[in-house]
Amino acid sequence: MDILATLSKLAADSGFSGFFAEGGWKNLIMIAVACVLLYLGIGKKFEPLLLVGIAFGMLLTNIPGGGLYHMELWDAFLAGEVGYGDILHDGGLLDILYIGVKAGVYPCLIFIGVGAMTDFGPLIARPSSLILGAAAQLGVFLAFFGAICLGFSGPEGASIGIIGGADGPTAIYLTGLLAPHLLGPIAIAAYSYMALIPMIQPPLMRLLTTEKERSVKMEQARAVSKREKIIFPIVVAVFVILLIPSTAPLIGCLMFGNLLRETGVTERLSDTAQNALMNIVTLFLGISVGATTVASRFLSLETIKIIALGLIAFALSTIGGLLIGKVMYKLSGGKINPLIGSAGVSAVPMAARVSQVEGQKANPANFLLMHAMGPNVAGVIGSAIAAGFLLAVFGA
Amino acid sequence: MNIPEAAITAILGYVVVFFGLALLMAVIVIVGKVMVSASKKSAAATAYAPAAPAPAAQSPAAPGSAGSVSLYDVPDKEAAMLMAIVADQIGKPLNELRFKSIKEVK
Repeated sequence: MDILATLSKLAADSGFSGFFAEGGWKNLIMIAVACVLLYLGIGKKFEPLLLVGIAFGMLLTNIPGGGLYHMELWDAFLAGEVGYGDILHDGGLLDILYIGVKAGVYPCLIFIGVGAMTDFGPLIARPSSLILGAAAQLGVFLAFFGAICLGFSGPEGASIGIIGGADGPTAIYLTGLLAPHLLGPIAIAAYSYMALIPMIQPPLMRLLTTEKERSVKMEQARAVSKREKIIFPIVVAVFVILLIPSTAPLIGCLMFGNLLRETGVTERLSDTAQNALMNIVTLFLGISVGATTVASRFLSLETIKIIALGLIAFALSTIGGLLIGKVMYKLSGGKINPLIGSAGVSAVPMAARVSQVEGQKANPANFLLMHAMGPNVAGVIGSAIAAGFLLAVFGA
Repeated sequence: MNIPEAAITAILGYVVVFFGLALLMAVIVIVGKVMVSASKKSAAATAYAPAAPAPAAQSPAAPGSAGSVSLYDVPDKEAAMLMAIVADQIGKPLNELRFKSIKEVK
């Protein structure tokens, strides 16, 4: 046995040698980026449930020789050269988990959980909240336009624009179908900015509203009966899916989850959707999305453009909601506080909390949280419709 | 996709989202009105219904819930809190317990 040859082979096969191969330094940078994201998730608690998973997936996929995720296999899949069977046969662990993202399964399962956790009562009590939810999709379409101007293709632009919907599962769902090669940066931008909403929105809220507008105390909305809450998901699912059929997976799952919550006879299922299912899918989703951030693809000018466009999309969506909020303030004779407009971005319940905090700064007796929850949950439906529209235009 | 096409798509998309949610708002308003009027009708029907027979004599209170507790230097709120804690600690419903007196030990 040639000991030197064996040691040399071991050294050549080790991951460390990968750092010295061509482009290996990029892996080192990505590992550093993953550690920064882990710090943000763990230390700063920025959307930790997903960001920790994404960051760890990023770490694993960029360790040379790990073989957990094969970008070239997915490129061949997108080119139609291989199928899911080949991926199951030849892929690594994260390749197999990623099938759930590519097939759009995880985001839809998460939507069942989101539906089971969401109380649509404030929206049913004040249906005009839907207009604010629609207004806050402004950033989606302006960022889409911006992306096209910066040279992205239509499907890529659509995937970048949907970051402005402030809805992680929707962004992952649409990107997984339209531009899977951009999934890593888009998911990271979406979840990072969602975590940064308390920093992004307040300056815009103060800039676009007056002290008088911010201090408006809103009247309590009417009580919503249990029967209305049960009928709501059925009506919304039927109506929205008939209107834009491509929204069926997202709206169907969201409303199914909500029906489980409201029926009162499926408590076990609702509990599973809210907790066990949600947690399991979040695990798989986070780590497999993180796995797509392969150094050779992630470290590019495109990623910087996506991060910038994502921030612009978030800001514009906030502005869209606030401007229509101001219109509603005028039309209602000063009864609607325009701050609830910014909650139309669908980051639930973070955006509603920001409205509450800003409203209370202007008037300590102001309690906007429940009023802001209406536009907030309307934003979830709005971003699903926006995604459905983009899928209808750019989908295969 | 060129820029004018992108502009048209963006405007169309925003309009579609607005239109879709405005229609949904109309549907929810209609459904809400139907539900509210239906509940008002059923409430009115209940009001005009023949008077229900007088309820049977009030069922006796659960054993142990009757009577009063003597408090010595203990405010009512504190007494209520203490009784709730005791019930919780021994895992028995409050109405199955009898408290005779509560006295502050000085």
